[in-house]
Amino acid sequence: MGRDRTWLLLLPALGLLALLFLGPLAWFLARTLFVETAPAEVPALFVDVLTARSMQVAALTTLWVSVLVTLATLVIGYPIAFYLANRRGWRAALVVFCVIVPYFTSVIVRTYALTVVLGRSGLINELLGASGLVGAPLALLYNIFAIVVGMAYVLLPYMVLTLYATMKAIDPSLLRAGRALGASPLYLFRRVYFPLSVPGVVSGSLIVLILALGFFITPALIGGPGDVTVAMLIERAVEILIDWPSAAVMSVVLLTATLILFAIYARVTDLRRMMGA
Amino acid sequence: MIGRGATVPGAVGLARPHERAAASISAPAGKALELQGLTKIYGSETVVDRFDTRIQAGEFFSLLGPSGSGKTTTLMMVAGFAAIDAGRLLVDGVDLAAVPPERRGFGMVFQNYAIFPHMDMFENVAFPLRARGMPKALVRERVAAALDLVQLGHLSDRYARQLSGGQQQRVAIARAIVFQPPVVLMDEPLGALDKNLRYDLQVEIKEIQRRLGMTVLYVTHDQEEAMNLSDRVAIMSRGRVEQIGAPRDVYERPANAFTARFLGEANLLPGAVVTSCPGRVAFQLRDGTVLHADDPSTRTAGTEGELFVRPEKLTLHPLADPPRDGVNRLSGTVRRASFLGSVVRYAVETGSGALVTADAPNVAAHHHPELGERVALAWSPADTVILPPDAA
Ligand SMILES: Nc1ncnc2c1ncn2[C@@H]1O[C@H](COP(=O)(O)OP(=O)(O)O)[C@@H](O)[C@H]1O
Ligand SMILES: [Mg+2]
Repeated sequence: MGRDRTWLLLLPALGLLALLFLGPLAWFLARTLFVETAPAEVPALFVDVLTARSMQVAALTTLWVSVLVTLATLVIGYPIAFYLANRRGWRAALVVFCVIVPYFTSVIVRTYALTVVLGRSGLINELLGASGLVGAPLALLYNIFAIVVGMAYVLLPYMVLTLYATMKAIDPSLLRAGRALGASPLYLFRRVYFPLSVPGVVSGSLIVLILALGFFITPALIGGPGDVTVAMLIERAVEILIDWPSAAVMSVVLLTATLILFAIYARVTDLRRMMGA
Repeated sequence: MIGRGATVPGAVGLARPHERAAASISAPAGKALELQGLTKIYGSETVVDRFDTRIQAGEFFSLLGPSGSGKTTTLMMVAGFAAIDAGRLLVDGVDLAAVPPERRGFGMVFQNYAIFPHMDMFENVAFPLRARGMPKALVRERVAAALDLVQLGHLSDRYARQLSGGQQQRVAIARAIVFQPPVVLMDEPLGALDKNLRYDLQVEIKEIQRRLGMTVLYVTHDQEEAMNLSDRVAIMSRGRVEQIGAPRDVYERPANAFTARFLGEANLLPGAVVTSCPGRVAFQLRDGTVLHADDPSTRTAGTEGELFVRPEKLTLHPLADPPRDGVNRLSGTVRRASFLGSVVRYAVETGSGALVTADAPNVAAHHHPELGERVALAWSPADTVILPPDAA
């Protein structure tokens, strides 16, 4: 035990984490909540922030957007992951490429790219107008729809890769056994393949949900004026209102929600191992 | 092994569970399986080369061969998971080429059990029945009977991770027979189990097959297993069928050196045919010794070949007390002795320099020579076969 020094290899990473994440976070929270605020006022501050209408609306918006984004990535990602897990060759490579490459592009660039597609005179509205299907251009930008599309686009790779890993681990001989024993492909999917992919569905959804909760750039750039998420509220408190204590409280709330989801995620991943998947 | 079921709680006063089970799973008639020139080609490699045989209804037929010889591929063509590149597959005379696996109606058992991990054992065994839309009450009855048949009725609410390998494979067998398939395919079902358990399960598989009368196509690379279970064995090597026959026939009268070696220890002594009259061949070894083989076919004098005899057919004698006439005899020096438990295996260097292997039963009455001792070896022409020269 005492001889095992391999943990030393983690030192640089731990140092970076402490220096850039834990340190500033702790400093920020301690300073705003315990130095700038009298300790006795902290509970009242929490109550104030949490009962403020702007916070409640933002929390609901954040949750609603995150759930929609999770569902969207799941519905779009499941067939993609299924295709990737069951095909080889250049077509699958091409799909992997298409899913992964946006991953390496700046979120801001990708989000602005969407305005070209979704704008009033964007690609979709031009096509719809030219085909005569709609009279006036649709409002596709600067609303919840735009936020969900933009975030789903950014978060899709996380869903696809998580699902893919789970699907790849499904033992093909189980599927063969199912077919041999009389199951049609559809029945086999319903009774065997899908249930075995559920752990991936759960962890993929949790990952996307966790990431979506803290999303800032996309809703800020292509959301409507009323679509304010918790992350945007925090940014406003810091940048515009210079109300650091409120920002700290909101950060604690968001961080707690994220950590709870992460704890669930960790449990689910453990369960997967127990299931032998 | 089967009798163990009598101790299952709840079975008191009833017939033994497996007897109940057999009554409820009425014996389905097995179906005949005909392989006509069945061929599989991957790239430039012919993985299965014109497999030809007719497997009788209710027959236990094994594919035996080393790893990579094409056994699994053959089974996959029969199951419908690999396309047939040439040849035909008939079940009771009906061509199956266009029938997808799920409609062939065969039971199937895999080496890695392939138990559905998210279903308990009851649901696993019920799977083929539910896939066929069978009414719930009947499903319950059939599953209970099938689990009883493999003596696991008491574990129906367990999951795979709570069971041993042997138990999982029993469930897989129950799942493969619960819908009364006419044909059951098994790909090395006991390959992952340890030796004693393997033997127990062989006995159970054979018993179930006999009881239910289904046709079994069984893949294994273990020759003892194949011989213990099968009515007939096909010995495969590099995609080719080397020989098909009853276990005893292929063991005692192999068609070639490959079969001779694959089924057990074999002495193969090169030489040529001297004379041949119907029923008896005289064969001369390279060192001039003439030996005899009972052989119904006549062979042309001068034909090169190898003389085959199994080690357990040979008896060892002190040189001073040679065996009687009318048998094949060789003499030589004992070079090695291996104690194998029930037999002692001797390597004897003969005049030509060839090592001949002889097994002596581990009983006091037998002559057990010392290393370096000169001995006489004797065996009957009836235990001797002349094989064509080893092509490999
Ligand atoms: N899908 C495949 N593609 C290419 N070659 C294969 C494929 N499946 C099996 N083979 C080849 O076919 C040969 C026989 O394999 P297999 O039937 O699995 O042998 P066995 O079951 O007797 O060990 C092997 O050389 C193997 O590499
Ligand atoms: Mg194999």
